Amino acid sequence: MFDQILQFILTGVTVGATYALVALGFAIIYNASDVVNFAQGEFVMMGAMSAVALSAGDGLPMPVALICAVLITVCVGMLLQRFAIAPARGASVVTTIIITIGASIFLRGVALLVWGKDIFGMPHFSGEMPIHIGEATLLPQNLWVMGGTAVMVLAVHFFFNHTTPGKAILACSCNRTAAHLVGINVGLMMLIAYGLSAFLGAMAGILVAPITFTSYDAGVMLGLKGFSAAILGGMGNPMGAVAGGLLLGLIESLAAGLISSGYKDAIGFIILLLVLFFRPSGLFGKASVERV
Amino acid sequence: MRRLSGFYSLAALIILLPLLFPDNYFVTVVAVTAGLNAILAVSLNLLMGYAGQISLGHAAFFGIGAYGSAILTTRYGWNPWPAIVAGAALTGFIAFIVARPILRLKGHYLAMATLGLGIIVNIVLVQAGELTGGPDGLGDIPMLTLFGWAVDSDLRWYMVIGTALLLAVWLALNIIDSRSGRALRALHGSEVAAEMMGINTTTTKTGVFVLAALIASVAGSLFAHQQAFISPDSFSFFFSIELVTMVVLGGMASTWGAVLGAIILTFLPELLVVFEDYEVMIFGAILMLMMIFLPQGLFPGLQALLRHRPKSRGKSATTDDGTEGNHGAA
Repeated sequence: MFDQILQFILTGVTVGATYALVALGFAIIYNASDVVNFAQGEFVMMGAMSAVALSAGDGLPMPVALICAVLITVCVGMLLQRFAIAPARGASVVTTIIITIGASIFLRGVALLVWGKDIFGMPHFSGEMPIHIGEATLLPQNLWVMGGTAVMVLAVHFFFNHTTPGKAILACSCNRTAAHLVGINVGLMMLIAYGLSAFLGAMAGILVAPITFTSYDAGVMLGLKGFSAAILGGMGNPMGAVAGGLLLGLIESLAAGLISSGYKDAIGFIILLLVLFFRPSGLFGKASVERV
Repeated sequence: MRRLSGFYSLAALIILLPLLFPDNYFVTVVAVTAGLNAILAVSLNLLMGYAGQISLGHAAFFGIGAYGSAILTTRYGWNPWPAIVAGAALTGFIAFIVARPILRLKGHYLAMATLGLGIIVNIVLVQAGELTGGPDGLGDIPMLTLFGWAVDSDLRWYMVIGTALLLAVWLALNIIDSRSGRALRALHGSEVAAEMMGINTTTTKTGVFVLAALIASVAGSLFAHQQAFISPDSFSFFFSIELVTMVVLGGMASTWGAVLGAIILTFLPELLVVFEDYEVMIFGAILMLMMIFLPQGLFPGLQALLRHRPKSRGKSATTDDGTEGNHGAA
């Protein structure tokens, strides 16, 4: 029994790490521009799909393909900001939500056109020899996902707290006009925020693709889960989003193993609803007060 | 009379279309779907456009109504009419239970909670296989009969759905201009201010949430009897999103906007079919472009366009519709 639970926890942390990266991307864009980006899941899909496509057959060597895939996704993220989000500044929450949903449908349509409906696999980064911990097993790729996520979360934390561009983005999220007045290039900061968010999404996609495979619509559920995780942690708190992601992954894995695999997504959402009922601003979010 | 002039125009249009184009596929088949979608959009607009409460899970209530009817008629041999009422009662009950805690939430948290609710209902529909037929769906749902008049052809369904749509629009128009309608709009502006004016915001929000759910449930039952086969796919997260898109595309806080948005979004994919592989991409692009360039929605946009041209009409035209347009832009 203990070994079984350990197994569920290991799987949960791996899945949760992916959610955490997607959620972190959500939180960064939300902080920078007050937009909930429903195309976040599509970044994950684009990263994984272009990596597979570029390295397929006699294509580029794996590391080069991965770097190119990430760069492509970052460009897509910046283009999204420049041509879809920036022109609609000042639009209502619902309008921006629909713009990003439109963007996600568009990106999915492009992927469908380029790669078709097939499901693609990707080679594991460093072999498929399982590592045994008691009765539980772990693939090297799981370690890649966990390690990669940890490194990126720490890097993002460092970026926002100890570098000038990071602090500049935070300044924009506090007060755009004031940030502009002290000489911050707000437009550029928005581009960086979207690029960074796309980067995190692409990395999540690439890290997890060898385990879960990928297809043109792989981003839909991941995007929703990332959004749930960000809300669970408290929108606008990046580290809360990471914690929310890990928590959601763990809940789902344990629910699938111990209760029912068919209902695992439902249990995740039920817990999310319960959390919102008792803490309407998420686990680590600040309660907001309505101004008149 | 003036207040309901749009309503009479819609009624005339619904009656004239099949007379002018009798066996047209777009009139008898696509228009039925458009009508159902319009009913759903009108109900969602009461909640989203007027009360300002976003819902990304409206398809759930549509689904509960559809499955309520389908299960009661096929598995328990009920007559369709009491089944529709029972489905609506169940939907209303569920909506009433969840309304209070969910509507306490705001903005993105509310969006997430309603989205989660929709997904939970969809998962239950897929998983509770012995009752719902699981992912394969439920078939052989009996047709409706009205006093011996069987609704068995496309044209007859067109009439039934057309009547239902007119009822829904009439209901929405009257609610909006009533006392509770004004309470809803006050709530949209500022909840605190509305409370200061003596409006019980919790009751008002719960009321409109339940009403929107009830209308969606009846639409779902009609859908189940019309299609004779339903599966969880029709009530997924994507459909909820589509409904929200209809409301916003047409123009929030305008019943006519919701109807227009529903019609456009139903016909658009039919027309895009000629682009084959490019269909999904073009659909996404159109959605993005419309929202970027017409963020207040098509109907208020068209209204503004019409109002600017003949300048002489200014005064009488702005009394009623002017307030609607302003709300949409807010």
